[in-house]
Amino acid sequence: MLWLFALIAGVLFGLFYGLAALGLNLIFGVMRVVNLAHGDIIMLGGFAAVLLFDHFDINPLIALLLVIPPALLVGYLAYYLLAARVRRTRDPEMMSLVLFFGVSQVIEALAVIFFGNNQAAIGAPVFGPHPFTIAGQVIPNAWIVSAGVGLLALVLLYFYLYRSSLGRATRATMSSSDEARTAGIDPARISAITFGIGTALAAVAGVLAIFMLGGTQASEGVDITVTAFAVIVIGALGSPMGTFAGGIVFGLALMFTQTYAPAWSGFAPYGILLVIMLVRPRGLLGRTVRSV
Amino acid sequence: MSKAYARLQSLSQLTVARPKLRLTGDALLVVVPALGFFLAQFVYSNQLFLITMMMYVVLAQGINIIYGFTGYLPFGYVGFFGAGAYGTALSITFLHVPAVVGVLFGGVAAVLVGILLSPLLRLSGAYFSIASLAAFEALYYVISNPQLSAVTNGPYGVNLASVYNANAAYVTGAVLVGVAMLSVVFVRRSHFGMALRAIRADPLSARMAGVNVVRERALAWLISAALAGLAGGVYGWAISVFYPDAVFNLSVSVFAIVFALFGGVGTILGPLLGAVVLYSLYNAIGVSQPQYFELIYGVLIVLIVLFLPNGLLSLLRRRRSHGG
Repeated sequence: MLWLFALIAGVLFGLFYGLAALGLNLIFGVMRVVNLAHGDIIMLGGFAAVLLFDHFDINPLIALLLVIPPALLVGYLAYYLLAARVRRTRDPEMMSLVLFFGVSQVIEALAVIFFGNNQAAIGAPVFGPHPFTIAGQVIPNAWIVSAGVGLLALVLLYFYLYRSSLGRATRATMSSSDEARTAGIDPARISAITFGIGTALAAVAGVLAIFMLGGTQASEGVDITVTAFAVIVIGALGSPMGTFAGGIVFGLALMFTQTYAPAWSGFAPYGILLVIMLVRPRGLLGRTVRSV
Repeated sequence: MSKAYARLQSLSQLTVARPKLRLTGDALLVVVPALGFFLAQFVYSNQLFLITMMMYVVLAQGINIIYGFTGYLPFGYVGFFGAGAYGTALSITFLHVPAVVGVLFGGVAAVLVGILLSPLLRLSGAYFSIASLAAFEALYYVISNPQLSAVTNGPYGVNLASVYNANAAYVTGAVLVGVAMLSVVFVRRSHFGMALRAIRADPLSARMAGVNVVRERALAWLISAALAGLAGGVYGWAISVFYPDAVFNLSVSVFAIVFALFGGVGTILGPLLGAVVLYSLYNAIGVSQPQYFELIYGVLIVLIVLFLPNGLLSLLRRRRSHGG
């Protein structure tokens, strides 16, 4: 029953990857900015959880909530300090890419300086002593928790976007920031709030990443960013809901190659990303992006 | 009448004299850096450092051609570098060609990868940047795959000790710097470069003006791929024993992009300047304390984007125009 395990694990990991990519996609949807420091925020979220557990004995389930306020604040301020300034330059899309690339380097360097180069992890069974059994397959608790948090985040984000006035303003800014302005919406404020939410989602994903990816490490940011980008491109850039579709496709591809062709498991996600970008650059559920 | 004629004549002389002057200047732009690097080894004895710096000059110029003139920024640029190193190594191992010819094979290998990846140019902006990164990762996983050990020796790397010749590799590197400078001068001065800048400014208008957008852009992509491939070949030859991680290292892309941006893309001297200044800085502090260097680097990138988006050279130009 190898395929059954790969199927279940693929879906669970897919929901986690969806969560890990959600903030990146939300920020892209509103601002057309690819936040290359996204993976580094995930890395920092992981270190926050490890430090809280090691020094204050705080369960990662509580750390999930504790990382949200500071991440919201950091994201909100980062928008006004960094992102807002680049939008006035000649080539804002590329310049913001380069800018956040620099930010990513700074975060990575600081993480090495403060936390060292080694991997940090939580070995204790913090989510209960007994693993789950689904359809006869033994599944680690952390996978279930991560998938559950991912689904919860999706539902909350859905309610925020479609049932609150701030969410309506966010969707208006997504479709056209100029027209949103004429309707009395302040796109800068919406963007700053979105940046905060995106950063908070990344930090939450980071807490779970220490269980899903086997730990957290100062240098892992770039890899995570690329993976998250692959996920949102497979789903659809700019559509937060498509992210989870992308995550599940990605998770399944990863698990099935790991099961049946382990030598190619590193290649598979990037191969899929390339094929999808070339055959269907809008993503599975998306709008057009090609130009001349 | 005669006065006007004389004036016209002097004008025509001016237009004749100007290209000549410019030709001399351009020749200097090509010869001086190459010769400078060739002579540098007699002043500073760390040959490997100088070779690596030369490779970064070439890579930064390659980024300059593809990003500075077309606006396409490939994060996965190092893929061509690695393809070049492996093209060189495999041609030497299996075809038993001399190392210099092997370097040319490296360039060819990178161009082939470039042709294979040219559909990526249909994507724009950030999509292209990150798709190229994914392509680089895919290429890395193919080359380092244990199942392909018979060809690439997989994750165990290649050994070119039989053709190791530090001095010859060094001279080849200096020549390659000249080739890179020549390529940028060509792109900057030719109709081809003009077409590229027109495409960058507005692809639709450029197409209506008769520019073959797809072909010109692909040509710039392949020139930049060839430069990186040749650089990878020379580098592989110079270090002669390497693992896939050494030549498929994302930080090579990062360095090349930062060097080019720091000096100023779209110019001839900017990337050269950026590579020489920043790689020297790296050598001074980065080797022993890479994290502090990375920190400086990251801060530098942020500051460049926020305050100096057109690079170091724009600072000089701005000052000059204020003074004059």
